[in-house]
Amino acid sequence: MSKLTLKTEGNTHVVVTRHFAAPPEDVYRAHTDPKIVQQWLLGPEGWTMPVCICDSRPGGKFRYEWAHANKPGFHITGEFLEVEPPLRIVHVERMHLPDPTPDNHIETRFEADGTGTLMTMRMTLPNKETRAAMLATGMEHGMEASYVRLEKMIGDLVLASGAVR
Amino acid sequence: MTDLDSAFAALADPTRRAILARLASGEATVNELAEPFEMSQPAISQHLKVLEEAGLIMRRVDGTRRPRRLAKPGIEAMDQWLAMLRKALEKNYDRLDQVLAKMSSDKERKPR
Repeated sequence: MSKLTLKTEGNTHVVVTRHFAAPPEDVYRAHTDPKIVQQWLLGPEGWTMPVCICDSRPGGKFRYEWAHANKPGFHITGEFLEVEPPLRIVHVERMHLPDPTPDNHIETRFEADGTGTLMTMRMTLPNKETRAAMLATGMEHGMEASYVRLEKMIGDLVLASGAVR
Repeated sequence: MTDLDSAFAALADPTRRAILARLASGEATVNELAEPFEMSQPAISQHLKVLEEAGLIMRRVDGTRRPRRLAKPGIEAMDQWLAMLRKALEKNYDRLDQVLAKMSSDKERKPR
């Protein structure tokens, strides 16, 4: 059974939830400590993150670069807007392909849930066209390596596959 | 061939998603599809054209009627893609589960 939920809200949002068997302090750290991010934010087998810079302070910047033995690499840059360790992160990000995509605004919450954590990630795209364009771009460039992008695509597809059942 | 790129673009519109949902319960003509929406028939036809070009629906000839239905290959291609993406995403979080388990056991080992 999957612990992951994905749904779209309106035309511009995607909401992802996932439960983790660790306290919010640890989950927060795993999302902001570059040495830890580098270990898991990798997408399908074969991808690595040789560059992971993450300055999780308000106004701080981050940069994630992915590489693959026989696929072109790509990177994401972003800025932290608000951080409330260990409960909440608000940031914007864009992907460089190499032209930057429109900014995706993301609020991530980590709530204590029993002995674990419930993570809720709410993404806001500028408009529905951007969301569709990102999906399309994702397919051309094999963006599957970035889970953040994946969630947007899946959010739309869940709707679509729900509609054909 | 299904063009996933235009399939995603086609799905960005709520009316087109609703049309797909309607067709999921069986084929329908343009008139039947236009009924539940407060839209003109040409407007619906335009949406149908986008869906058809994206490989998500097809039309059948039945006398003077041209009922539309879901195009299985197009829908299945998107479903497969979804499965692949979901797998990659779940892989990230499964990895994170392991990282978190290690963080917690490291903490326990350290004397307080």
